[in-house]
Amino acid sequence: MTNLIDIKGVTHAYKTPNGPLPVLNNLNMAVPEGEFCAVVGPSGCGKSTLTRLVAGLMKPDEGEVWLHGELVKSPRKTVGMAFQNPVMLEWRTILENVILPLEIVAPRMSKADKTERAMELLALVGLEGFENKRPSELSGGMRQRASLCRAIVHKPDVLIMDEPFGALDAFTREDLWQTMHALRAKEPFTAVLITHDLRESVYLGDQVIVLSGRPATTQFVLDVQYPGDGLRDLDGLYTPECADMLHVLRDQIKIAQGREPEEAH
Amino acid sequence: MQTLKKIAIPVLAISVFVALWELLVWANGWPNYVMASPSDLPEAYARFWNLFLIGSWQTLWRTVAGLALAVFFGTLLGMIMGFSKIARDALYPLLVGFNAVPKATLVPVLALLFIGQHNFNTVLMAFLISFFPIAVSVGIGLSTLEPEYRDILRSLGASRITIFRKIALPKTLPEFFGALKVSATLAFIGTNLVEIISPHGRGLGALFLSGQTNSNYPLMFAVLIALAVLGIVLYYAVVALERIFAGWAERPQH
Ligand SMILES: Nc1ncnc2c1ncn2[C@@H]1O[C@H](COP(=O)(O)OP(=O)(O)OP(=O)(O)O)[C@@H](O)[C@H]1O
Ligand SMILES: [Mg+2]
Repeated sequence: MTNLIDIKGVTHAYKTPNGPLPVLNNLNMAVPEGEFCAVVGPSGCGKSTLTRLVAGLMKPDEGEVWLHGELVKSPRKTVGMAFQNPVMLEWRTILENVILPLEIVAPRMSKADKTERAMELLALVGLEGFENKRPSELSGGMRQRASLCRAIVHKPDVLIMDEPFGALDAFTREDLWQTMHALRAKEPFTAVLITHDLRESVYLGDQVIVLSGRPATTQFVLDVQYPGDGLRDLDGLYTPECADMLHVLRDQIKIAQGREPEEAH
Repeated sequence: MQTLKKIAIPVLAISVFVALWELLVWANGWPNYVMASPSDLPEAYARFWNLFLIGSWQTLWRTVAGLALAVFFGTLLGMIMGFSKIARDALYPLLVGFNAVPKATLVPVLALLFIGQHNFNTVLMAFLISFFPIAVSVGIGLSTLEPEYRDILRSLGASRITIFRKIALPKTLPEFFGALKVSATLAFIGTNLVEIISPHGRGLGALFLSGQTNSNYPLMFAVLIALAVLGIVLYYAVVALERIFAGWAERPQH
């Protein structure tokens, strides 16, 4: 078993008053250890549902989710989550918010160690000096940075992100993409990132998975060959190689939405 | 300067109110058995000060005891309703119906059920009248908790108790205190209701009743004012608690 995340033939339907609503249909996905997997797909196709299945928050009707060679049946401590809404606890300071997962995962860890670990991450995302502020005193981008720190403070194997940058302005978003790369360089983790932004998926992903419209299935997998080596830089997005990849993804999204892809390219 | 203003403005408002009251009585030439004026009150307080002290204490402790019960059982009910949809569907109509019953009708019922247990009856009434807002606010607060809040901890395998303690409980505190302010006033009304309606009662309500039977109108008004003061004290005690436990919910003002 070389893949850290292995999703095999997952099918799921929600029970609604109007009968079952099929959301995922025989979805397959494999993410090797340390890889960053971006997932795109039409709105409402079942992306958030997928994250909840990977996190073990719910069980699929059919198929299996494997993490680290173990079948996922319930939530596990080795997972970190971040959402579009940074869900900061307003009654805690930023530092206390970041420490929260440690209180669950490592209750024996000393207060000083917890603080040290959290401060290390806050410094890494540029929030040094804000640790004693309340979430309401921070901007949306800063809250999202803190939320990322909280998602990885307990050194999870898998980081699951559901459109974490969706509500941010373009500049803040690009800043956070770079922060994301900086974090990965410092703390290796395997990541699943749900996004609506194709450039984001290419800039951050090692592979991009395109899901079909609801019920979602794996429609297309793009192996990202980002121009240049070493740390990815934003200028790379404006090279012909990236333009080609973005074009392919756009066509796939159109197919997923049930529209014709553009002809020549 | 700020604090001075904070104190000065309400004091001024109360002074204006008292002055208008005095003026109204004086202008209409009402004798004090129709409507007592503020200037009649000091004499009443001076004559019966010990009764006022005893009565205030009795009214206060029974109200607070009833309120404490309401907080405990109201929160418990709210938790049950907040966590279980079945419990919510089952209990909600019952609670609404119970809350709609005029509580004055319960006084004779309680008096018959627990004959002679005046303290018990009073505390019970304060409880019965005041637990509803607490139960509803806690129930709604818990059942409307955004799923993401729960998921941050649930995805780590945290137990329901932990999620309740670390997330749901603190998150509902602002709503809880909002309800507690209403409940404090209601509990106070409940206590007085029993004190005034039941024969041989105690507390400020009983003092009011004795003023009535002895046609001592200034005394009756003096009791009303004392009740108002006690109500204000109770209310601001809750506000102080709110500042301590849910002060974070106050957004900085711009
Ligand atoms: N708890 C639920 N009960 C019933 N239906 C649900 C539930 N959660 C989601 N759905 C439905 O399932 C479908 C997929 O939802 P999901 O949130 O996974 O989509 P998504 O791809 O994340 O959408 P978006 O791009 O808008 O975030 C939607 O049609 C939604 O209405
Ligand atoms: Mg979603």
